[in-house]
Amino acid sequence: MNFLYAAYAATWLIHIGYLVTLARRYARLRGKIRELAKR
Amino acid sequence: MKRAFPILAVLTAALLSYALYEALVVAPTDAMQGDVYRIIYYHVPSAWTMFVFFIVNFVASVVYLVRRSAKADAVAVAAAEVGVVFCSVVLVTGPLWARPVWGIWWTWDVRLTSTLVLWLIYVSYLMLRRFAGGGQMPVLAAALAVFGALDMPLVYFSIWFFRTQHPQPVVGGGGSIDPRMLHVWLLNWLAFLCFGGLVFWSRYRLEVLQQEVDEAEALQSLLEPRGAR
Repeated sequence: MNFLYAAYAATWLIHIGYLVTLARRYARLRGKIRELAKR
Repeated sequence: MKRAFPILAVLTAALLSYALYEALVVAPTDAMQGDVYRIIYYHVPSAWTMFVFFIVNFVASVVYLVRRSAKADAVAVAAAEVGVVFCSVVLVTGPLWARPVWGIWWTWDVRLTSTLVLWLIYVSYLMLRRFAGGGQMPVLAAALAVFGALDMPLVYFSIWFFRTQHPQPVVGGGGSIDPRMLHVWLLNWLAFLCFGGLVFWSRYRLEVLQQEVDEAEALQSLLEPRGAR
């Protein structure tokens, strides 16, 4: 059972980790867009 | 799509939760492996979803090489990234299933090794896109993607053509599976496809936005007076 839970947990850790990097990149890009609009 | 996205996200979350419940509670226990076999409901749908995104990457790369379309390039990079995420899931859940069933974490047989090589090819593709500069980068990346895709048939058919530790397919390979297990399996695949589709869409939008920002920056630097920089 431990292996089963480990596999399911690892799957969601990988997906959530990727979603966090996507959110960060979106935030960085929005900052860049704001900067561009200011110029 | 922008307006429908939150609704689709909620529906996908509900589908994933229902599929998880079916996988852990409703699906019958395997007579040989016990409960650990339930890893199949994450391992195999992730592998199939990975193939879908790598095929999308291949088609988009060919379109880019033929038409030099920026949108095809954005589709290619988004599909490669989401494909790598699903491939990572396959490479992590596989050993976690192999250890209790085979008694080993890993073996260098054709299926496992070619899957690892596939992951390395697409990680190289993403690194090339991230670190190489210049106008030829998307062309080089697309060419790498086209040749990298050659590994996909090897991964898929390796268990037919070679003697491997990895089991033969029970779906579409002459094996048999309990219909209740097959139902949960397909349900999980549908859930992961929907989830992958939404993540892909977000990544694609990010890439298109990035292309627009890069263009605006290049234009602005051309229009700015020399002393202003």
